[in-house]
Amino acid sequence: MKFLHKLAISTAIAAALMAGPASAAERIALVVKSLGNGFFDAAAKGAEEAAKEIGDIEVIYTGPTSATAEGQIEIINSLIAQQVDAIAISANDPDALVPVLKKAMDRGIKVISWDSGVAKDGRMLHLNPSDTNLIGETIIKLAADHLPDGGEVAILSASSTATNQNAWIEAAKEVLPTKFPKIKLAAVVYGDDDSVKSTNEAKGLISSYPDLKAIIAPTTVGVVAAAQVVTDQKLIGKINVTGLALPSEFKKFIDNGASEGVALWNPIDLGYSAVFLSDQLVKGKKAEPGATFSIGKVGSITLDDTNAAAMAAPYQFDKSNIEKFSKIY
Amino acid sequence: MSVQSTETRRIPDRLGTPLSAAVFSWPSLLLVVGLVLFVVNSLASPYFLSPWALSDATFNFTEKALIALAMALLIISGEIDLSVASIIALASTMMGLALQYGAGTSELVLIGIMSGLVCGAFNGFLVTGLGLPSIVVTIGTMSFFRGISYIVLGDQAFKGYPASFAYFGQGYVFWVFSFEFTLFVLFALLYYVLLHRTNFGRQVFAIGNNDVAARFSGIRVERVKFILFLLTGLMSGIAAVLLTSRLDSTRPSIAAGWELEAVTMVVLGGVSILGGAGTIQGVVLAALIMGLVTFGLGLLNVPGIVMSIFIGLLLIFVIALPIVFRKIRNRRR
Repeated sequence: MKFLHKLAISTAIAAALMAGPASAAERIALVVKSLGNGFFDAAAKGAEEAAKEIGDIEVIYTGPTSATAEGQIEIINSLIAQQVDAIAISANDPDALVPVLKKAMDRGIKVISWDSGVAKDGRMLHLNPSDTNLIGETIIKLAADHLPDGGEVAILSASSTATNQNAWIEAAKEVLPTKFPKIKLAAVVYGDDDSVKSTNEAKGLISSYPDLKAIIAPTTVGVVAAAQVVTDQKLIGKINVTGLALPSEFKKFIDNGASEGVALWNPIDLGYSAVFLSDQLVKGKKAEPGATFSIGKVGSITLDDTNAAAMAAPYQFDKSNIEKFSKIY
Repeated sequence: MSVQSTETRRIPDRLGTPLSAAVFSWPSLLLVVGLVLFVVNSLASPYFLSPWALSDATFNFTEKALIALAMALLIISGEIDLSVASIIALASTMMGLALQYGAGTSELVLIGIMSGLVCGAFNGFLVTGLGLPSIVVTIGTMSFFRGISYIVLGDQAFKGYPASFAYFGQGYVFWVFSFEFTLFVLFALLYYVLLHRTNFGRQVFAIGNNDVAARFSGIRVERVKFILFLLTGLMSGIAAVLLTSRLDSTRPSIAAGWELEAVTMVVLGGVSILGGAGTIQGVVLAALIMGLVTFGLGLLNVPGIVMSIFIGLLLIFVIALPIVFRKIRNRRR
């Protein structure tokens, strides 16, 4: 017992010594869905950038090996034990993480979610990569920017029941008459996020609408299929394929000219903004509906009724930056 | 004239003295490994030696360890149950369904445990009633049980469990001792008594060593094995109650991959994967060691993949050590 007692005391002293310099820096944990994912590695890069910009911040980049809620809970338990100042999480499950994150908040840790959210009770605020209206406007703008004289465009979506895509298309239809009067939406077809079906639907669009100037596919599967069809049918320069695409998958179609540019959330900015938000909470700012937070070079956000906010319009990729981003995700 | 010796020849009932046997036994080896890890962890991270940190750490392995207790008996008897994690998923789904029909806390617990028992009985029937190999049966039911959860839930979740239900996975009995961990300690004692201090326990060992001989000595092999499957189902049901309460929600992917972690604990605990040998003390220590390793590495923010490598190496090291030791000793002879 005496030995244990001595051990405990000496460790406590060691702890005090080690905790001394460590506690000077603010520690923000960036918890991601799983490690070894380029998207999240890029977010971590952005987080480091923000930490350098604000100064005196240590970013702990961590996540489970497989994308499970149980794995993230184990990690959060160890972060609570380390008494980090803030946890910024992209959650594998909106509900299962609530109890453990509540515990973290009870112990004085600031908790935010980003990218993939946690239910309202389990976090102080949530940062969406973008929002419906911004996405709807961006996908039309991507096509309109290269059509100064206007023209016919068509949308190749995922399945007809996909909640996300339907909301974006509705938002796109709303901005058409006011912001893009010269653009005419000829048709909306559904490729079900299936390569073969998307390819057939793209071919159908091209034969049904001979004056088609652009195909907009707000889905990573559809956009690749459409670009392949345009490439195969030697319509490069006549039809511009655009939409939401993963830079790594889509680089070859920007290189060959089938697409002038596409967009998607920028993970670097997400990680960067998550650190900015966490830091302000740690420094005492309250997260409440209507509060405005600065997110550094990305701009600023205002929280809505559920303490959530959208970061920015999807980030655009074209010839100038596709090389860099295709290596990231 | 020779004097009849009144001395009886002493035949040792075990090799070596009891003391050296105890010192060189598997649980002692694990105890040493555990203590070393404990000291290393306390030196490596200033946050390790805090009652609350250690208490939080127990949540990471308690449910799996509860299953490992029953799994140990099953593996000693020469069988295995790979469907335990899927039983958790199904039992949790059943609790969620009952919740939709307005079940209260006590009904939820009952339904969780009953679902576990039913799944265990199903496995038991297929193995002992139809005489199918348990590894094949439980690989099948592993997909079958979780499949039902996926059919019921799809990409949805059950949530909104009553506040009093949260106690089982989040509550504390006394100070830092969580309900989960207290339950684990109680069950560890119960299983120790069952395996090492009852006739039933001796029968389990006998079956694992030679089930034909066990049958000829009057042991009702099928009945014992059926009870063991029931017990594994029961523990999975209890784990389902605890985990559902801890997550405060049910998703069909709940407890994914836990069957292998439970088996790892059992094997690390010195239970022969071929059956016939093992101790509950070993399994309990193995559970604690796995908890210490993952939590200690977690405190140092070691990435999960490095942690898996570490657990794998630890397993190989602890398994290989006595075998290498024995080989060296045999060569000397």
